[in-house]
Amino acid sequence: MHELGITRNIVSIVSEQAKKKRVKKITLDIGKLSAILPDSIRFCFDICSKGTTLENAELKINEIQGIAKCKNCDNEFEIEQLFGRCVCGSNDIKCIAGEEMKIKEMEII
Amino acid sequence: MCVTCGCSDGAKAVLTNLETGLVSEMIDDQGHSHSHGHDHNHDHDHNHSHNHDHDVSHTHASLHGTTVSLEADILEKNNRLAERNRGWFEGRNILALNLVSSPGSGKTTLLEKTITDLKQELLINVIEGDQETINDAKRIRATGCKVVQINTGTGCHLEADMLARGLKDLNPPLDSVVMIENVGNLVCPALFDLGEKCKVAILSVTEGEDKPLKYPHMFRSAEVMILNKIDLLPYLSFDLEECIKAAKTVNPKIKIFQVSATSGEGLTQWYDWLKEQLSSKKSIGKTA
Repeated sequence: MHELGITRNIVSIVSEQAKKKRVKKITLDIGKLSAILPDSIRFCFDICSKGTTLENAELKINEIQGIAKCKNCDNEFEIEQLFGRCVCGSNDIKCIAGEEMKIKEMEII
Repeated sequence: MCVTCGCSDGAKAVLTNLETGLVSEMIDDQGHSHSHGHDHNHDHDHNHSHNHDHDVSHTHASLHGTTVSLEADILEKNNRLAERNRGWFEGRNILALNLVSSPGSGKTTLLEKTITDLKQELLINVIEGDQETINDAKRIRATGCKVVQINTGTGCHLEADMLARGLKDLNPPLDSVVMIENVGNLVCPALFDLGEKCKVAILSVTEGEDKPLKYPHMFRSAEVMILNKIDLLPYLSFDLEECIKAAKTVNPKIKIFQVSATSGEGLTQWYDWLKEQLSSKKSIGKTA
C-alpha cells in the first residue's frame, strides 16, 4: 500500500504548482511495470485530495506499456514483466518504457 | 512523513543515537503542503474599485481551464535528496550500501558478523531502519561500532531525507563504510533511492527460491544478492540452482554470494567484494 504515500506526494506536488487555483483535472503517466496500481491511486486520490485545491478533480491515468530494448541487438519489444528474453536469445535487456511515475499535466481554473 | 506507505498524519519517524542516547523526532522539513489550511486573509482596507469587466474571460477559463504541463516525477523530491546524500558520501570517500530484504533474512546477524570479522581492516558504521524498537541498533552497538537507529513508525522504508538526518548524527569518518539496514520489506525500498553506492539484497534459503521473480523490482535494483543461511540447506527443500536462475533472469548482472552468517561459510567472498569496493573508491578519490 505504498500508493497512499505516493498519492499524497502527487497531491502535494500539484497543489504546490497550482498555487491557490482550483485544479479541475490531473493527468498521470503510470507505467505498467512501476509497482504502482492505478486503481489504488484512484482510491487514495479521493481521500488525499479532500480539503485541498484538488478536491473533486478528475484523475486521468495513462497506463504506459512496458517496452524493453535488448542490449545485445538493440531490438525493442513489449514486456509484461521487468524481465524477459529477446528473440536473439539474450536476457540482458533494458526497460525503456513502463516504469513511469509522472504527473504529466494539470488543468487549473 | 509524506511519501511513506500508508502512514497516518500523526506518524513521525524517530531517530535514536546509540552513542549519546538522544532520541529525536524527525520533522518533515521537505516543505510538503499537508493541507494545513493556511488561509491568510489578505483583505486590505483602501478602496480600489475593482470594476473592470472580466466576466467574459473568466467564464471562458472556468469552462475550459488552463492546462499546465508539469512532467514532474512523483518521487523527484526523494531522488534529489538522494543525490545530495550521494555527493556527501563521495566527498568523504565513504562506501554506502543499502541492505534490503524481507524481515528475518538475517541482515542484522550478517552485519554483526561482518563488522566483527573486518574490524581490523574496515571501519564500518551503521544506520538501522525499523518500524519500531532499537533492538537491532543495540545488537550492532555491541560490536563496538557507531550506530544510529531510525524508527519509521508506520512507514515501511527509509527515505533520503531520513538518511540525511541519520548521517548528521552518525557523523561517519572519511574512508569508511556506512551500512544502511533498510526496513525489512521487498517492495517499497526498491523505489526509494537513498544515495547509496548500490543495493545489496539479502535472501535466506528458508524463503522461497522464486522470490526474485516475485519481487523483480528489488532484485533488479540490487547489484548484489547475498543468499544467507546456507548451513540450513540440508534440512530444506530449497532449490539453490532454481533460485540463482530466478535471480539471473530478473537481473543477469547480479553478483551472488552464498553465505551463512552463523557458521561463517562463504563470507570471505563477500568480504573480498566489500574491500574491493572501498579500495576502488579510494583510488578514484586519489586520481580526482
